[in-house]
Amino acid sequence: MPKTLFEKIWDSRVVVEQKNGPTLLYVDRHLVHEVTSPQAFDGLRMNKRKVRRPDLTFATMDHNVPTSDRSLPIIDEISARQIQVLEKNCKEFDIQLFDINSPNQGIVHVIGPELGITLPGTTIVCGDSHTSTHGAFGALAFGIGTSDVEHVLATQCIWMEKPKTFEIKIEGKRKNNHAVTAKDIILSIIRHIGTAGGSGTVIEYSGKTISDLTMEQRMTICNMSIEGGARAGLIAPDEKTFAYLKGRKYIPKNYDELIDYWSENLKSDPGASFDKIFTLRVDKISPQVTWGTNPAMTTDVTSTVPFPEEYAKGNQDEEKAAIKALQYMDLKPGTQITDISIDRVFIGSCTNSRLEDLIEASKIVKGKKVSPKVRAMIVPGSQLVKKQAEELGLDKIFKEANFEWRESGCSMCLGMNPDILAAGERCASTSNRNFEGRQGAGGRTHLVSPVMAAAAALAGHFVDVRELDLN
Amino acid sequence: MEPFKIIKSIATPLDKVNVDTDQIIPKQFLKLVQKTGFGQYLFYDWRFSTDGTPKEDFILNNPKYRDSKILLTRDNFGCGSSREHAVWALLDYGFVVVIAPSFADIFYNNCFKNGILPIKLDRKKIESLFKTNSEIEVNLENQTIIIPNETISFDIESHRKKTLLEGLDDISITLQYEDKISQYEKSQIVF
Repeated sequence: MPKTLFEKIWDSRVVVEQKNGPTLLYVDRHLVHEVTSPQAFDGLRMNKRKVRRPDLTFATMDHNVPTSDRSLPIIDEISARQIQVLEKNCKEFDIQLFDINSPNQGIVHVIGPELGITLPGTTIVCGDSHTSTHGAFGALAFGIGTSDVEHVLATQCIWMEKPKTFEIKIEGKRKNNHAVTAKDIILSIIRHIGTAGGSGTVIEYSGKTISDLTMEQRMTICNMSIEGGARAGLIAPDEKTFAYLKGRKYIPKNYDELIDYWSENLKSDPGASFDKIFTLRVDKISPQVTWGTNPAMTTDVTSTVPFPEEYAKGNQDEEKAAIKALQYMDLKPGTQITDISIDRVFIGSCTNSRLEDLIEASKIVKGKKVSPKVRAMIVPGSQLVKKQAEELGLDKIFKEANFEWRESGCSMCLGMNPDILAAGERCASTSNRNFEGRQGAGGRTHLVSPVMAAAAALAGHFVDVRELDLN
Repeated sequence: MEPFKIIKSIATPLDKVNVDTDQIIPKQFLKLVQKTGFGQYLFYDWRFSTDGTPKEDFILNNPKYRDSKILLTRDNFGCGSSREHAVWALLDYGFVVVIAPSFADIFYNNCFKNGILPIKLDRKKIESLFKTNSEIEVNLENQTIIIPNETISFDIESHRKKTLLEGLDDISITLQYEDKISQYEKSQIVF
């Protein structure tokens, strides 16, 4: 019987199968960070258990690290403690740690691929929902809670109900690849399927548009699978995938042989059936801007803030949610998106903080100045991204335009470090969640692509980047 | 984990869809390195004003629901971040049952690891619960919710039911398969 890519990876990782009940799956890579792991290590100690495969476990600190000068001590004592606890745990359990001073430190979902820890056909877990990012390499990668972090540390396996399969085909040609980005594609998808559209499924993104994307763009798409409710997103690996990983630090010695195996095995068979299918045509999509408090509350930059009844299409719960969202966001229905003024700009996060994101944003910014009423910051996803960007002189472009050029970490995507919005501040953000208070209590988040965020920083309000010269 | 018992309590109606884990436990409280003590921060920004005084119009601040063990809510509860702190906060506050038409996958899974019973009920049944103003009884063994004049049954995967009723620890179960795990490691390509 023809199989989907997901089924092939799943089948190859089964350790124990039961008639009624979950399957025990082997985990090839376990990524660990400071916020969701302390209680898991404590559990191991309490039960006198070891980490089964420290060699398959990698840790970094990203969620609450400051992005200011790294030579200074961390002011927030509780953050400092969480960071020390991770150091201590990694030492005690013999786990490779990329600490705050490591040239390999960065957001866990940026450094995984960058270091070649992420590989096609593997299973990857991490105590973070955006683990779906690694699916861009044809890995079955998903976020887990802390109890499961402890479970994987102890057993290198995880119990899982087999998810259903969801194919999202992306067809057509975008009119302007620099203005209508991978971020706009994934926001359009979530806008259509809703924040629970992918619940219980693993998404496979397919179609010509996907194969045309770069690896970094594919990561942006898979990253936000979770915002569409799916625990994992997958893209079949191809030449671009293999070329991206080649030569990276942690790839296996027999990498070249593996390429043959991967090319042959890691794709859905013709005629394989999916439980659910959705097709998005990208020919006519515009840059997207979220107006509400979940990522499905999205519209075109050329459009207006919707009326709750128009958004809810008869669903009373959704209508109530939209009314509440507009109150929180302090927006009136009918307002042109381009008339919305902003106070802050954040370019960063595991969704959009990679080198290409920064290159694209720098093209908008070069030779211009951030609006005097806007505070704008760039937070590269990793130390390596930062270094590469500096080699290209991007830091100068941003700094000359009055952007803050910062150290790597999750930063204002979730505001666990000092990078937060003040109550009432409105932010154009390249991150993935516009939930109430996500970037700071009372803060108002609009999710956009890096080029849209850069353009908004200069203008002080949203602009349609298609009107700018981006080539 | 404590075995799950019959729960009798009034249900706290949280009439919202898509309640995300950032609302259940805001990020500034994720810095603790233990599992306890999160209850005081549950729904923090909805429960308290910026000066720390309770917001009267938020349902958890209604004295009627002070000792409630059951949270009643709407679709896609627990979406967003994988933070298990959301479950620890609910449990520490006193909730042991959450009833909704649907849950986000990671949150749903996290509940069972901590002895919270998430019940998926169709919208019609949920409506009758929202209309109930008195104590209700949740019986996991029988898979029933008893409200005045009505007994509502619910579905749950049999292995998950067993885990809760017996208070089983996943890791000890898995370690019984040690030989299978070792065998797998020997026989497969482990990257």
